[in-house]
Amino acid sequence: MSVTMPPRDEAVLARRDQIVAALRRIVPGEGVIATEREMRPYESDGLTAYRQLPLVVVLPSTTEQVSQVLRYCHDAGVKVVPRGAGTSLSGGALPLGDGVLLGMAKFNRVRSIDFADRVAVVEPGVTNLAVTKAVEHAGFYYAPDPSSQIACTIGGNIAENSGGVHCLKYGLTTNNVLGCELVLMTGEVVRLGGAHLDAGGYDLLGIVTGSEGLLGVVTEVTVRILQKPETARAMLVGFGSTEAAGDCVGRIIAAGIIPGGMEMMDRLATEAVEQFVHAGYPLDVEAILIVELDGPRVECDHLIEQVSGIARDCGALTLRVSTSEEERLLFWAGRKAAFPAVGRISPDYYCMDGTIPRAKLPYVLQRTRALSAQYGLRCANVFHAGDGNLHPLILYDANQPGELERAEAFGADILRLCVEVGGVLTGEHGVGVEKRDLMPTMFSDIDLAHQQRLKCAFDQKGLLNPGKVFPVLSTCAELGRMHVSGGRLAFPDIPRF
Amino acid sequence: MTDTLAPRDAGEVEAAVRWALGAGKTLEIVGHGSKRAFGRPAQTDATLDLSALSGVTLYEPTELVLSARAATPIAEIEALVEAAGQALAFEPMDLGPLLGQPPGAGTLGGVVATNLSGPRRLKAGAARDHVLGFTAVSGRGETFKAGGRVVKNVTGYDLPKLLAGSFGTLAAMTDITIKTLPRPQTEASVLVLGLAPAQAVAAMAAAMGSPFEVSGAAHLPAAVATAAGVAALPGGVAVTALRLEGVAPSVAHRRESLLALLAPHGSCADLDAGASRALWRSIRDVTPFAASEGGDAAASPVWRVSTAPSRGAALAAAIASACDARILFDWAGGLIWVALPPSPDAGAAVVRGAVARCGGHATLVRAPAAVRAVVDVFEPQPAALAALTRRVKESFDPQGVLGSGRLWAGV
Repeated sequence: MSVTMPPRDEAVLARRDQIVAALRRIVPGEGVIATEREMRPYESDGLTAYRQLPLVVVLPSTTEQVSQVLRYCHDAGVKVVPRGAGTSLSGGALPLGDGVLLGMAKFNRVRSIDFADRVAVVEPGVTNLAVTKAVEHAGFYYAPDPSSQIACTIGGNIAENSGGVHCLKYGLTTNNVLGCELVLMTGEVVRLGGAHLDAGGYDLLGIVTGSEGLLGVVTEVTVRILQKPETARAMLVGFGSTEAAGDCVGRIIAAGIIPGGMEMMDRLATEAVEQFVHAGYPLDVEAILIVELDGPRVECDHLIEQVSGIARDCGALTLRVSTSEEERLLFWAGRKAAFPAVGRISPDYYCMDGTIPRAKLPYVLQRTRALSAQYGLRCANVFHAGDGNLHPLILYDANQPGELERAEAFGADILRLCVEVGGVLTGEHGVGVEKRDLMPTMFSDIDLAHQQRLKCAFDQKGLLNPGKVFPVLSTCAELGRMHVSGGRLAFPDIPRF
Repeated sequence: MTDTLAPRDAGEVEAAVRWALGAGKTLEIVGHGSKRAFGRPAQTDATLDLSALSGVTLYEPTELVLSARAATPIAEIEALVEAAGQALAFEPMDLGPLLGQPPGAGTLGGVVATNLSGPRRLKAGAARDHVLGFTAVSGRGETFKAGGRVVKNVTGYDLPKLLAGSFGTLAAMTDITIKTLPRPQTEASVLVLGLAPAQAVAAMAAAMGSPFEVSGAAHLPAAVATAAGVAALPGGVAVTALRLEGVAPSVAHRRESLLALLAPHGSCADLDAGASRALWRSIRDVTPFAASEGGDAAASPVWRVSTAPSRGAALAAAIASACDARILFDWAGGLIWVALPPSPDAGAAVVRGAVARCGGHATLVRAPAAVRAVVDVFEPQPAALAALTRRVKESFDPQGVLGSGRLWAGV
C-alpha cells in the first residue's frame, strides 16, 4: 500500500472490548462482528490492492441504530467507515484498523413506490438493479446503470454519484435522486429533499451526493423513476482508428443528437470482450462505437439513419444495427463485461476513471500509448465517449515484483494527463484513497480547504471516513483560522460610488 | 447612502471582500439587480456590484460546455447558444416581469444563485443540474474553484450544486461553467380542456407516466389561462397543457399517441410549434401573475410551492378554501404558483399551513420588502437542519460578510 492513512489511535485500540460491548448494546445479535475470520470479507472493497481489517464491523438495521452507533462513536472519539456493497473502485470503503466499519447491507427494503409521482423510496442497501426490478412491471426503470449494477447499492451510488452508460442522456445519480434521510456523525437525523423538487435553502442533497461517505450516513433514499422508452436500438460501428471514432462522436453531438448511450472500446478491450462474451464485435478494427438510440420507433429509425450517415462520413468500416432486443442486449453485454473480460487476459488489472474534454481524446490516447511503452504495461481503453469519461484498464501481474507499483505510477500519469488537458481525476469512481494524493494536481490548498471546512460543518471531529479524498488531514480548528488585519488590507482603486 | 464597490475583475472582487472583512462591513452581491426583490431583505453596509464581470470566455458546442464571467447577461448567453442550435435545457425563467422589472435582464450568476428553472425542470433538471464548475471568492476573502468543465466529475464535493440556489450568501461567483444541450428541433402541445385541478393532475400523471417524453405539464384554471395572453388558447376554459419536443417525426408521432391517451380525460386540442412556444414562455415566466398586470399587482404576494405532484391539487384546494387565490400549476402539479390578495403576512399562515399538511416547501417570491422582513421567505427548517445550514454558511463565510440574512436571519 502506497498511501498513508491517519495515525492509529492507540487509546481506541486499547478500548476495543469496551467499544464492541457498547455496540452490542445498540445492535444486538449478529449485527456486531468482531472475530478476525468473520471480519475478513470486509477488509477491502473493489480496490483490492488495499486491505485493512477494521476494529469491528457493525451492521445496523434501523435509522435509530445508525443514529445511536454514530452518537456513541462521536462521543467516544471513534472513527467510522460506512460501507454499502463494497464495490468501490477507489477504496472509499477501505476500513481503518482503529475504526468501526458501518455496513448498511441490512437496509435492503424497497419502502414504497409511487407511480403517480414517479418516485420510489428505498433503503440504501438496495442494489441499483433491484430498484429497476421493483418498478419494471409497470414499465418504469431507474436510469443510472453503473456496470456493477447487480451488486452496487443505492447508498454507494449516492456516495460516489455513480453514472453508467446512459447518463449522457439521463443524468448521473445526482440528477435522479430527489431526497434522502441522513444521519450526521452526532447522531442527528436530517431529511433533505423528498418527493418534491428543489427544496429551498442550500442544496445539501447535491453536496451529499458524491461525498464518498464523508458527510453523513444515508438511511433512506427517494429516487426518480422513468417510463421506459418505447423502443431502443443499438448500433455497433467499427473504425480504423480511435481518432475516426472520436470524430464521429463529436459530429453526432454537433448534429444535435444526444444518444441514450455512446460507448467506445479500443482494439485490446474489444478483443478481450469478444473472447469472453462472443457479442459479435468486429475484430479487424481499431475502435468500436456502440450508439444507442431510444424513444418512439419512428424517432429511432430517423436518428439511426442520421447517425449511420455520420458514421459513414467518418469512415466507418463496419456498421450493424440491432434488429431485436436480444441483439441490442448482446451489444451491451460485451461493453458491460469489459472489466471482467480484461481480467481474463491478465492476472490483474487496474481501472482508471479520468474525464477529459472529448476533443482531447486522440491526444490522450496517443500519450497513453507512449506511457504504455514507457512502463512496459499493456492498457485497454473503455470510454464513455459521449461524456468524455475514460476507463483505461492497465494490465499487470501483482506476482511480479514491482508491477503493481508500475501500474499505479502509470495510472497516476494518465490522471495527471487528464487534468493537464482540462479534465478531472475521476468521473464516477470517486477519489477515495486511490486518487487522494493526486488532488493537488487539480486543486489548490485554498480550494481543498474550502471543501474540508464544508466537511467540518457536517463532522466537526473528523471521525467519518477520514483518510479519504483529502491528502492532508487538518483539524477543523486549524482550517477555520482566518487572518484578517482590519483596515490595512490591500485595496486597489476599485471603482466606488 | 449605501456604498457601492464595482470591481472590474476577479482579483478586485477578492480585494473588495477582504476590505469588507477588515472593515467589518457586510456586502450585498448584485449583478443586474433584477432579482434584488427576491429573498429576505438583508441589511448590508455596501453593495458589491459585479456587473463589470461580463463576457463569455469559452463556448464549445460539440463539447456541450460554456464558460462565462458571472455577470454575463443571460440573454446574451441564450442568444449565443441559440445561434449554434443549442439551449440551456433547464429553461431558466425570467423573473423580471413577476417582480415588476423589465423582461430580458439578469445575469448567469443570478440565474445560478437563485437556481432558476422552467417547465422543463421535471425532465431536464434545474440550474443546479447544469452548473459544471465555478470560481468564486468566499466570505473568507479567498478565491477558490470547484467542479470543472466536464459533465462526469466526482473529484471533490459537488460545490457547484451548493452555490446554485445559495443567493450569494456563501461566495461571490466570478466565473461559471455550464452545460449546454441541443435545442429541440420542434415542439407541439396537447391540451385537455375544462378540467378541475384534481382531474388535471390525474391527466398530467398519465402523460408523465407514458413513454412519450413529455417536457412540460401545466394546468391553468380558466381565469389564469385567459391572463396568459396566448392567442391560440380557447378562451374562458381551463387548459391542461402537455409539451412534446424533439425531432419532427417523433413529435408528430407522440402528439397522436398522447391525444389518444388523454382522450378519456376530457376534450382535447393541440398547438403547433409557434403557439406551443408562446404558451410555455408564458407559463415559464408566470405571465398571468406579472406585476405589470393591473395596478396593485406588485403588492399582491406570489408564492412558489413545490410538492409531490399528486398532492398539488389538494394543496392548492387547501389554500384556495382559505383565501381568494389565483393558482397556476406547473411540473405536473408539483409546482404551484399562488397569487394572493395583499395582507400583512402575505398569506403565510394559510400557505405554510397547507404545506405542513401536504408536504413540500413554500417560497414567498413576491411581496413588499416590509412583509418579507417579517415573514419567512424560505421554508422554515427543522432545528437540526437549520443548525447544519448555519454551519455550512459559517464554513464559507464565518463573519457573515456576504448577503447575510438573504435566506434566513443570519444565513
